[in-house]
Amino acid sequence: MSEEYSVEIVNPEKSFLSKNDVTEVVVPAFEGEIGILKDHISIISFLKPGIIKIFSKSGEESFYVNDGIIEFKDNNLSILTSLILNLKDIDKEKISEIQKSAEEELNKSDINDQEKYLLDQKLEVLKSIN
Amino acid sequence: MASLDDLKKRISSVKSTQKITKAMKMVAAAKLRRAQENAEKGRPYSDKMNNIILNLSNGISDIENAPKLLSGTGEDKVHLCVVMTSDRGLCGGFNTNIIKKAKLYFQKILDEGKTLKIITVGTKGYDQLKRLYGDKIIERISFKESKNINYFDADKVGKIVIEKFEKKEFDICAIFYNQFKNVITQIPKEQQIIPLNTSEKEENSSEDNYEFEPEEDEILSNLLPKNISTQIFKAMLENSASEQGSRMSAMDNATRNAGEMVDKLTIEYNRSRQAAITKELIEIISGAESL
Repeated sequence: MSEEYSVEIVNPEKSFLSKNDVTEVVVPAFEGEIGILKDHISIISFLKPGIIKIFSKSGEESFYVNDGIIEFKDNNLSILTSLILNLKDIDKEKISEIQKSAEEELNKSDINDQEKYLLDQKLEVLKSIN
Repeated sequence: MASLDDLKKRISSVKSTQKITKAMKMVAAAKLRRAQENAEKGRPYSDKMNNIILNLSNGISDIENAPKLLSGTGEDKVHLCVVMTSDRGLCGGFNTNIIKKAKLYFQKILDEGKTLKIITVGTKGYDQLKRLYGDKIIERISFKESKNINYFDADKVGKIVIEKFEKKEFDICAIFYNQFKNVITQIPKEQQIIPLNTSEKEENSSEDNYEFEPEEDEILSNLLPKNISTQIFKAMLENSASEQGSRMSAMDNATRNAGEMVDKLTIEYNRSRQAAITKELIEIISGAESL
């Protein structure tokens, strides 16, 4: 039996990526990273800023996501996200730009704990990329 | 009858107007293709988002504790209308159609004695509404500076709406936009986004047992604000495709009308020139005869 399933990543502007030969996807879910293999139970979860890793026959790809929702059902994984960047062709300036705006956001006084947690996560991830 | 010189001037002025409308049509046609592509590309996201929300709201067991964005405040007193129009004119009935639709809705709400609040997106809508409903407009937003429609602009509008909802400034929110059908037809649409309209739920009720991480309500409360931005974004995409389509057909008509006008004026010009020649001839002949 094949161990492959399909994944589709969409952002508001377009369908970002669609693959049929994926063996494993690791997503930064809100409560920790989840690795999804074929025949995983149907799941809905949302993402925190982090790295999505996609393992397929043709190799491994990594993407940075800002936020998002994942839905896995009948061996179809959909990832909805508002901002996604391929780590392969990412440019440093863009990263530091996001980093800066996140830092500014963090310095605002009126943010709640959850927002703070998300922003901290974001900065950590961005630093690790840079 | 206008003199020959006047006619000549009018013909050339109509001709230069025709040149402008023709150029605008070309530009609109080029932009339309892009806008249409964008609108089509944007659909999977909003469709998927909708699906997930429907699945989620199916799974919610007690409606009482469901997030307010889904179930509403339980009241129906204050309506917030987001009217989305273009920033530029010369696009036929595009803006007028949305405004007409919106005005009908406004009138209904006011007749029922409810409170009305308006947010306008795009300057043209504000211009048309300010005379009648100027005091009802609480916010006006324009994205004149941003060349392309992007999600972050939509997100800004969405955040404003949600902020106002959390402050309990309104109970029901509807957006007005033009849905793009094809170049000739755009359908003005009204869509309720708060509370979410889950009437389509029935057809789609798949009995799936999802695993949720974290809890359902937490995901929902995280997802619903995003959905609002997504819906607004979708409306913006549809709107921009409609605007270009509408402008294209309006400019096409204008070009054709200008052509007709040039033809008519040319005939008139030729006739009066001929008349002048005939008159001169008659004068010469009768002058010669009297000798």
